[in-house]
Amino acid sequence: MSEELYAGVDVGSRSIELVLYAGGEAIEGRRLPTTFEPLGQCRRLLDGWRPRRIVATGYGRGLIEALAGELGLGAEVECITEIKAHALGASWRFPEARTVLDIGGQDTKAIALLPGGKVGRFEMNDRCAAGTGKFLEYTAGVFQIPVEEFGEYALQGDEAPVINSMCTVFAETEATSLMAQGVRPHNIALGLHQAIVRRTVNMLGRVGLAYPLVFAGGVARNPCVRELLGRNLGATPGEALLTPPDPDMNGALGAALWAAREG
Amino acid sequence: MSNAAYKEMWENLDLDLAAHDALLEVLGKFYGDIYLSQQGRLQGAEYLDFVLSEVHGLRIKELQDAKAQGRKIVGSFCVFVPEELTLAVDAVQVGLCAGADAGREAAERIVPRNTCALIKSFVGFKLAKLCPFTESCDLIVGETTCDGKKKTYEAFGEYVNMYVMEVPQQKNACDRDLLRSEMLRYKAELERLTGKTIGVAELRRGVEIVNAKRKAIQRLNALRVADPAPISGRDALLINQISFYDDPVRFTAKINELCDEMERRVARGEGVAPKGTPRLLLAGCPMAVPNWKLPYIVEGAGAVIVGEESCIGTRNIRDLVDETAVAEATTTEEIIDALVDRYMKIDCACFTPNTERLGNIAALAKDMKAQGVIHYSLLFCQPYTHETFKVEKALAQAGLPMLAIETDYSMEDVEQLKTRVQAFIETIEQ
Repeated sequence: MSEELYAGVDVGSRSIELVLYAGGEAIEGRRLPTTFEPLGQCRRLLDGWRPRRIVATGYGRGLIEALAGELGLGAEVECITEIKAHALGASWRFPEARTVLDIGGQDTKAIALLPGGKVGRFEMNDRCAAGTGKFLEYTAGVFQIPVEEFGEYALQGDEAPVINSMCTVFAETEATSLMAQGVRPHNIALGLHQAIVRRTVNMLGRVGLAYPLVFAGGVARNPCVRELLGRNLGATPGEALLTPPDPDMNGALGAALWAAREG
Repeated sequence: MSNAAYKEMWENLDLDLAAHDALLEVLGKFYGDIYLSQQGRLQGAEYLDFVLSEVHGLRIKELQDAKAQGRKIVGSFCVFVPEELTLAVDAVQVGLCAGADAGREAAERIVPRNTCALIKSFVGFKLAKLCPFTESCDLIVGETTCDGKKKTYEAFGEYVNMYVMEVPQQKNACDRDLLRSEMLRYKAELERLTGKTIGVAELRRGVEIVNAKRKAIQRLNALRVADPAPISGRDALLINQISFYDDPVRFTAKINELCDEMERRVARGEGVAPKGTPRLLLAGCPMAVPNWKLPYIVEGAGAVIVGEESCIGTRNIRDLVDETAVAEATTTEEIIDALVDRYMKIDCACFTPNTERLGNIAALAKDMKAQGVIHYSLLFCQPYTHETFKVEKALAQAGLPMLAIETDYSMEDVEQLKTRVQAFIETIEQ
């Protein structure tokens, strides 16, 4: 096993993750917010490391090519899509996985896995960030709750009103009118989470959902989305529904694995 | 491009000069980024560059000159409008501007917002006074290939001299009769417009010119089977687009010259991308000039497009009018029959059912050695978006992966499209 160092960088809309891989193991994971200066953030993440090859993924993947020169002789830079990266990361952690769901800051992706971490059918939301991390962040703001706590808050609800709109702006209008009708805020929050999950389940169906399903991306940290997803699918967490301990690093991990391929 | 010499002509056509200048500037920049930046282009692409740079200049001047000689200009939006008949009265047939987001606000005053970008575009070009082709037309021929177009022509008819041809929706004997009577009705309309009479000789000449044009593009497509691909999909699409508005005889000669060059290139084993580059077929809605968004994304992502299954592509050129039947014909009616036979083969999504299209796409993909198909639907285009499901199923049976893309002329989804197209190419390479 080579002891050479390889890096995977996932330049997402909200955060940038770095995974360093050497000797068959992910030895380091780091994360910074994307900001409006993503290249500088990438430099900060890589500071002090000299990987032999960097594979970039995420919507800002093209930026990383600018770093190749700075890293000195022998450093190669390549790009792969988030879809390939998530498939690789998920099947490295869970070799038995058959489907991957990634809900990130502005994208949702459902990927059917073929043996060896290869990609079968995939679906992705198109131009609109409806039903993604951005949706939760925005609606949490309406409740004046940090997005990290929004899931716990929603889990205190006991009856989810139906929220039909997946458009962030319209969903807020629906939530506001539910409040005016006297619906408990915890229940409205639960309804908003349920709206995301319903949409996600549809997308999973379109790629031919098979179990186990790996749930990755920042939104997999939200306990309410995890809970409702399990309930809607009838999938037992830990068996049919698997969540890595650091779900937001999955894309960067997949990129690092691709960097380390064939030594 | 914005040649001062053309100013007067554009003024006479009552274009909005400031907005038109801005449009040409954007178009020029877009063309530079997408076309002139390509590596290893054919010498013959100079013709494409020239024709495109003069699309609103020299070509419009030619139309004005033709009009001055008493020839009529007929505009159309569809491969069902038989150019053979148009040429038989010595009129000029041109495809009208419908591929750019222009005059949308004005268009949305007369068509609903959830109308496809292509329809909104031709309405917008007219209302915003941006299309010198539309302004040069003596007659605009619409057709009933979808509800969007059908109802739009009613509104559009208040601004232009509109004629609507009915296209059947099924392929039974009575549908053939309908198309035949519609061909005869169009023939009468052209005779009324020009004061000429269409005889056997005139019709034969029309068939000869249009068949020759189709054969030139067939020849071009046959050469694209080679790996490495001798021409980019972008250039091939542009050739198909230009076939709708350049003079057909000149076009045929130029494309045949380009094919000669391609033959030499194929013999040398040279191409626009390395051998083994993933090969994709585009299928679905037409891409009118300058709608190059998706081909640019696909080829920018490291694949090469080897075919266009669309009206601005194989649907326009796959079938020829039977030349033996035309040669043996003694009456115009017999030639019209040959035309009807040919036009009834068009596998437009307006037909129900339209099963032959499924087989045609799979066969084309196999012939072109494509490894996957990208099915493109314009947002709000019901007929083609519906067929997406069937096409995917048919291709899966043929062992071909397919990616469905639904988009319009705006650029806001380019990054997402890049990710999806690149991921699709990755799955082909894995």
